[in-house]
Amino acid sequence: MPEPRLMQGNEACVQGALQAGLRFFAGYPITPSTEIAEMLAERLPRVGGRFIQMEDEIASMAAVVGASLAGMRAMTATSGPGFSLKQENLGYAAVTETPCVVVNVQRVGPSTGMPTSPAQGDVMQARWGTHGDHPVVVFCPCSVLETYTLTVRAFAVADELRVPVVLLSDEVVGHMRERVVLPDPGILDPGQQPCGGEVPPLVRFGEGRRVMVTGLYHDDAGFWTENPEVADKFIRRLCAKVEKRRRELTLVERWYLEDADVVLVAYGSVARSALRAVRMAREMGKRAGLLRLATLWPFPREEVESVAAGASVMIVPEMNLGQLVGEVERAAGGRCRVVGYSRVDSQLIRPDELLDVLEGV
Amino acid sequence: MQGLCYVRRERLPHLWCAGCGHGIVLGAVIRAMDRIGLDQDRAVAVSGIGCSSRAVGYLDMDALHTTHGRALAFATGIKLARPDLTVIVLAGDGDLAAIGGNHLIHAARRNIGITCVCFNNGIYGMTSGQYSPLTPTGARASTAPYGHLEREFDLCRVVQAAGASYVARSTTYHIHQTIEYVARALRHHGFAFVEVLSQCPTYFGRGNRMGDPVKMLQWYRERAVTLAQAQRMDPEELRGRVVIGEFHRDEGVPEYTRSYLDLVARLAAGGESR
Repeated sequence: MPEPRLMQGNEACVQGALQAGLRFFAGYPITPSTEIAEMLAERLPRVGGRFIQMEDEIASMAAVVGASLAGMRAMTATSGPGFSLKQENLGYAAVTETPCVVVNVQRVGPSTGMPTSPAQGDVMQARWGTHGDHPVVVFCPCSVLETYTLTVRAFAVADELRVPVVLLSDEVVGHMRERVVLPDPGILDPGQQPCGGEVPPLVRFGEGRRVMVTGLYHDDAGFWTENPEVADKFIRRLCAKVEKRRRELTLVERWYLEDADVVLVAYGSVARSALRAVRMAREMGKRAGLLRLATLWPFPREEVESVAAGASVMIVPEMNLGQLVGEVERAAGGRCRVVGYSRVDSQLIRPDELLDVLEGV
Repeated sequence: MQGLCYVRRERLPHLWCAGCGHGIVLGAVIRAMDRIGLDQDRAVAVSGIGCSSRAVGYLDMDALHTTHGRALAFATGIKLARPDLTVIVLAGDGDLAAIGGNHLIHAARRNIGITCVCFNNGIYGMTSGQYSPLTPTGARASTAPYGHLEREFDLCRVVQAAGASYVARSTTYHIHQTIEYVARALRHHGFAFVEVLSQCPTYFGRGNRMGDPVKMLQWYRERAVTLAQAQRMDPEELRGRVVIGEFHRDEGVPEYTRSYLDLVARLAAGGESR
C-alpha cells in the first residue's frame, strides 16, 4: 500500500513525469514553475536521463523536440511569458507529430504581469498560441494528486497521438501542498485503441531509417510539398486525429448535477472554490451543481451541452476576463443562460463570493 | 564523384539558383563525410530556415529541418539524448548569427559535440536579398539600398571567444581546404565550427554588381589571405580581406555530453551526494 505523502503540485508533476518514463528535460527558469526544473536536475541523471538548462525558452522547446525525435520521452516546464516564447516550436512539434509534454504553471499576464500570482490567462494561448491550424490537447489539474495523474496521462496521450500535450496548471495548484497517496500508474493508462492510419508510427533518429523531418507541409515520406491536395489532406488529418478522440480525451467531474438548476463550470484552482460554493449553496437548499473540466482542449462540448439542457443558468468563474465562457456559451447553444465571472487582480476567486454570484443569478 | 552514398539522388535537382555556392559547400560536406567514412545510419543533419537549410534534404541520413535560427537548439536536444550519433548542423549566416545568435554562442560555450557548417553568403537569399549580420559594411542589400551601415560579425572570432574548440574558415573557391576543415570538424569531439563563404549571384552579386558566379569565385580568391599571410600583414593591408584557415583546435576542452554521461555514471556507481 503506497504511503500518504505531503507533496507540492509541482513535485507531483515531477513524480508523474518520471513515472511516465520522462528521460529528457530542457527548460529555462521562470516562476512559478521552477521547482519542476530544480527537482528534475537532481533526479534525471540518477535514472540515466538528461537535464539541461537551455539559454532561453525557445531553445528549451527546440531541445525537447530534438530529444524526443532522438528517442527520449521529453518535457519542458514554464509559465506564461515562457509559454509565449515556446509557441513557434510548439507548432513545430504539432506539425512534425513529435510527442512531448509542455507544462505551463500559469501566472498573471500579459507581459511580466505579477510574477508568482495566480491566473488562468493562458487558456486561449494554449489553444491558439501558435500560428496556423494545428491539433491541441490541454489538461488542467485542480489538485496535487490530479497534477500527478494528468502528467502521467499527458505522456500517454502524447505518445499515442504523436502530439504535444499541454499541462495547464496554475500558481495555486503548482505551489500548494496536499496529502496525497499516489495511485498505481497502471490504472492511469488511457488504454486507447491504436489510431490506425491517422497517426503514422514515429521513426526515431539513429535507427538507420534515414527519416526526413520538416516543419514544412510534407508528404507521407516526410518531404516538403507544395501540392495543394497533399497539404489539405495533411493538415486535416493532423487536426482530425485529436478531434476524433475528443470523447476519450475528455475528462470532467460532475458534482450535484442530477437536479442542478444553477451550474458552475470551472477548472483549475478556481474549481476548488466552486465546489465549496456549491456545497454551501446546497446547504442553503439551493439546487446548485458543478461541472469541473480537467480537459480544456479539445473542448468537452457534449458534456457542457448535456448539462446546459437541464439547467437554467451556467456560471463560468475564471481568473481571466472570460476566456472559456465563450466556448461554454457556444456549446450550450442557447439551451440555458451562460454568464461569466472574472477576477484578474491576482487573487483567487473565493467560495463566498461565488456563493453570492450563485444567489444573484 | 566520391560520397554518392550520402546523396538522396532522387531529390535532385536541388532548388538553389544557378551559380549559387551552396551546392559547392554541400559537395564539400559530402566529400568530407566520405573522407572520414561517416556511418550515415548514425548521423543526423539539422538545419534551420533559408536557402542553406534545404541542404539536409539532399543528404541520405536522418534529417531535421527546423524553425528559423533554432537548428543548434534542436541539435543540442538530439546530441544530449543520443551522444553516440554524429550531429551536423548546416545553416546560413542569418540563421546562425542573427535570430540564432544566442544558440550559437551557447552551443560553443558548452562545447557540445556538434559540427556546425555556416553557409555564409552575406545575405538573406530566400527572402530575396535583405542584409544579414554578415553583410559587409557598405555592401548593398534590398534593406540597405544606400549601402550597409552596420559592421559585420567575425563569426569565427565570436564562436572562438564563446568557447568553440574547433574553428575554421574557408570559401567555395578554396574547395580543398573546405573539405579538409569539415572533415577535421567531423572528427573533432567538441563544438566544431566551419564558416564557408558562399556566393549568392542572384541577390548579393547582382545588387553589388559583382558579375557572374565565376567572377564572384575569383573575388574570393583575390580577397582571401591565409592565416599565416594575415599574421604578417598590418591592419590597413587586411582591410577588406577575408582571413581563411584553421583558427583554433583544442581537443582538451571537456565535451558537454561526455561530461554529462560521466555524471550519470558517477551517480550510478556510488550515489554521490549533492
